[in-house]
Amino acid sequence: MSEHILSVHDLDVGEGQIPREDWFEASSTLHNLRKNKKFPTIWCAGCGLGVIMGSLIRAIESLGLKNDQVALVAGIGCTARMPVYMDYNTMHTTHGRALAFATGLKIARSDMKVIAIMGDGDALAIGGNHFIHAARRNIGITALVVNNSTYGMTGGQYSPTTPEGMRATTAPYGNVEPPFPVCDLAAAAGATFVARSTAYHPLELDKHLSEAISNEGFSLVEAVSYCHTTYGRINKLGSAADMMRMLKDNSISKSAYEKLGEDERETNTKIVRGVLYRKKRPEYTKTYDSLVERKHEEEVKLRNTGRR
Amino acid sequence: MTIQLMQGNEAIAMGAIAAGCRFYAGYPITPSTEVAEVMSRVLPKVGGKFIQMEDEIASMAAIIGGRVGGLKSMTATSGPGFSLMQENIGYAAMAEIPCVVVNVQRLGPSTGQPTAASQGDVMQARWGTHGDHQIIVLCPISVAQSFDLTVKAFNLSEKYRTPVILLTDEIIGHMREPIELPDFDIVEKFERLVTDTPDNYKAYRNDRGDVPALAGFGLGYRYHITGLFHDEVGFPTQRLDEIDPWLERVSRKIETADDILLYQTDYEAGARTAILSYGASARTARHATKQMRAKGEKVSLFTTQTLWPFPEKAVEELADSVDKIVVPEMNLGQLALEVERVVGRKKVVRVNRANGDMITPNMVLEAAEA
Ligand SMILES: Cc1ncc(C[n+]2csc(CCOP(=O)(O)OP(=O)(O)O)c2C)c(N)n1
Ligand code: SF4
Ligand SMILES: [Mg+2]
Repeated sequence: MSEHILSVHDLDVGEGQIPREDWFEASSTLHNLRKNKKFPTIWCAGCGLGVIMGSLIRAIESLGLKNDQVALVAGIGCTARMPVYMDYNTMHTTHGRALAFATGLKIARSDMKVIAIMGDGDALAIGGNHFIHAARRNIGITALVVNNSTYGMTGGQYSPTTPEGMRATTAPYGNVEPPFPVCDLAAAAGATFVARSTAYHPLELDKHLSEAISNEGFSLVEAVSYCHTTYGRINKLGSAADMMRMLKDNSISKSAYEKLGEDERETNTKIVRGVLYRKKRPEYTKTYDSLVERKHEEEVKLRNTGRR
Repeated sequence: MTIQLMQGNEAIAMGAIAAGCRFYAGYPITPSTEVAEVMSRVLPKVGGKFIQMEDEIASMAAIIGGRVGGLKSMTATSGPGFSLMQENIGYAAMAEIPCVVVNVQRLGPSTGQPTAASQGDVMQARWGTHGDHQIIVLCPISVAQSFDLTVKAFNLSEKYRTPVILLTDEIIGHMREPIELPDFDIVEKFERLVTDTPDNYKAYRNDRGDVPALAGFGLGYRYHITGLFHDEVGFPTQRLDEIDPWLERVSRKIETADDILLYQTDYEAGARTAILSYGASARTARHATKQMRAKGEKVSLFTTQTLWPFPEKAVEELADSVDKIVVPEMNLGQLALEVERVVGRKKVVRVNRANGDMITPNMVLEAAEA
């Protein structure tokens, strides 16, 4: 092992924490990280992505799924680097196309739990077409979209979720485009489970993700995060801790939101957290698989009766 | 077994089914659409799956995903769609995922002439995706060959863990010819079994021949696939000592293979002129050869089914015995560039047409006799 390559065993353990030897026993999260992977992650210190990765692992574990049963398919971006660290069947594909790769995989292995992990640019700009069509088909894939309002990996350009007026390296005078409401878009396109929370609320994310993964059809979980090193710096939003605090201060639970008066709701600018949409609708691979079964049986019958 | 009248595109679909293809993802485009239509009808009957994706980028991605899930997979398209597929074709080459991409060439560039034939994508098939990579490109000259080469394309893609492009054209794709389909059960199908246990499985190992086995997802072999340069277990790497062996292996696996180069020679002793062609133009070349021989002129004919890697040794040998190689093709001179690279510009006479019309035997005759 060369110097710059660490395994989880080599990570520094702060004082008063669980001794390194007991990590794997004590933490379900670490247990599901890859033991042969080169750590640390590529993410900036303080990035919300680590918290969200923890949630995803806990959600999968809470459902009692075997790691072999789970496939993670990501596009390209900081967010899309997540699968490589996790001990499942993992695929890092091309920018924007995670859902298209995942669609092929889910069709081939409809028994597997397929989770597509994408950034806001990945899922909604270059991958916007695949996003709405995967939702329309209600194919049994969970889309985890980490929305940090920017293109983190390429250095803070404006994305389809950058709020109007905010600055980016390609919007030096302020963004003039309105953002996508990600959850509304998914629901309108046909998703059957839609929820949102933030990197400040990992326990909520755990719950949303486990419900999303157990939903038979297409699920979206929007995990609102931040990018303090690019977007945060350009907009003078402070440190990672400051931006975490903003997620806390600038968000409201769905139940609290529903208690607001009509006027207050209309003027609300806070991120609404919770399960926002649920619906029952036939799942794509189930429907197609039963078609295949029917046609296949007919064919076998024809052959047995000598008519083919 | 009966003889049937069949279109080239239908024969491709039949070849795919015979080869064990059980997943097709595509987007309609003339003149390739019949492949999708036949696949959508036949696949469910054999327990396979079909999906019409939202575009060709998605189609290419889906077939890679399907193969990772364990199903042999194919897509078919034409010019504009082939352009859209390029990024993910490179992904398949990088991640070494077998798959078959059919391009029924039509006249381009851009929307061009959807219903007119062309051979304008020869270079795109080789170099369409960015970056250095190896690729296998096969090109049929008849309906029967459309079937045979599709089977071959699947077997080569599995054997060498690479995307294979079946580069046909509107003429061969839409032409009807009699064909005798074999019993699909006895058609040879290449399968590479995973012999390692999950504990010592490496999807990109360098130490056991040039083509490591690909384990399907969900079978206990949990590993990583990426389009980044990667180490033997598939993790991204920037280390030269991990990148270099990979680069060498993926080049070698295709460059040194002895079963990829398919071509037919019809040499005449003492001929000082040869005609070299492929696809629809090879039919013209065959005709011109017959006419010349009927007139008592000596001429050799070389038709190649493998365009890439280019059969350079065989062409070099041919060049040793003739003064002139005529290369008719329905483009402005693409494979001719490769022939010129191998035998030198002086010996090569190009015959080109890129307006949607076929090259006539007369055009070839004139060039050969000049
Ligand atoms: C086809 C293509 N275009 C552009 C890029 C460059 N690129 C890499 S990541 C990225 C954007 C990432 O933003 P996002 O999806 O929001 O992920 P984040 O890094 O913010 O998590 C871009 C534009 C690429 N890799 N491929
Ligand atoms: S660039 Fe931004 S999104 Fe990417 S790892 Fe750093 S903080 Fe996170
Ligand atoms: Mg982003």
